[in-house]
Amino acid sequence: MPPLDETDRRLLDDFQRGFPLTPRPYAVLGQRLGLAEDEVRRRLGRLHDAGIISRVGAVVRPHTAGCSTLAALAVPPADLERVAALVSAQPEVNHNYQRDHAFNLWFVICADSREAVGAVLERIADASGLEPLDLPLLEDFHIDLGFPLWT
Amino acid sequence: MDLTPLDRALLAALAGGLPLSERPYADLGTPLGLDEATVLARLAALQEGGVIRRFGVVVRHRPLGFTANAMVVWDIPDALVAEAGRRLAEAPEVRLCYRRPRRPGRWPYSLFCMVHGRDRAMVTAQVAALARRLELDGYDHRILFSGRCFKQCGAHYGKAA
Repeated sequence: MPPLDETDRRLLDDFQRGFPLTPRPYAVLGQRLGLAEDEVRRRLGRLHDAGIISRVGAVVRPHTAGCSTLAALAVPPADLERVAALVSAQPEVNHNYQRDHAFNLWFVICADSREAVGAVLERIADASGLEPLDLPLLEDFHIDLGFPLWT
Repeated sequence: MDLTPLDRALLAALAGGLPLSERPYADLGTPLGLDEATVLARLAALQEGGVIRRFGVVVRHRPLGFTANAMVVWDIPDALVAEAGRRLAEAPEVRLCYRRPRRPGRWPYSLFCMVHGRDRAMVTAQVAALARRLELDGYDHRILFSGRCFKQCGAHYGKAA
């Protein structure tokens, strides 16, 4: 995609929170940016297709609408590709990253209940032959205000 | 606040993203049998009740050059961890901050926070400065930078995902 212009940057930076809860929210964004409503939608679609926007939507407080855990595996490096693929293949896994530590594969599991999370961990343990580190959240200190990108 | 089954269905539908249509809230509600006014009212209530912590554009940082994604883990004594967590969470460079259990013999770290930046050297320096500023530099801590991303998408709660 072409380089981001000032309007793209404002679309990304200015609306990470407090998105308008009105019938035509993209028209409200357009008013603030001096753009037509359909141009706002077109640009958001382009930023989404380019992988820069994950979605317009809600960041939900952990454990209010389900149950989750952060888990890690210490995978022999030669086996990382295979194990990462079997972890990613679980529909309940929504983040899966390599990190530079003996525990080198880190992933988040979200499901409807603690039991369901445990079942996913078991499936991963069986398929990988490795024992996952299970680190559920105990206390959340952060207030998420979004993340300033250019300021 | 307690979630109704409809709230759960609404959050599950929203996990795929608000449609980029002219009347996105109406379109979000249609498959659930909810009208636009109800969708708007429930989303406002969920936000008010703190279930929705942030509603807006969810950006992926990597394509914008924020490739140094550090998970910083700290071994803080249990009696001090809540205070350390609150102070870390207030630091502008910290994005998320959670307490998690130790796993004796396997994993000693109980406090986790995320720091994102455009390069590793900068993030490493930021974390060192942060530790000094909050007087946490005496406690064992490690920076785990992320390497390859194998999967990333929104949390899909509920059955609809």
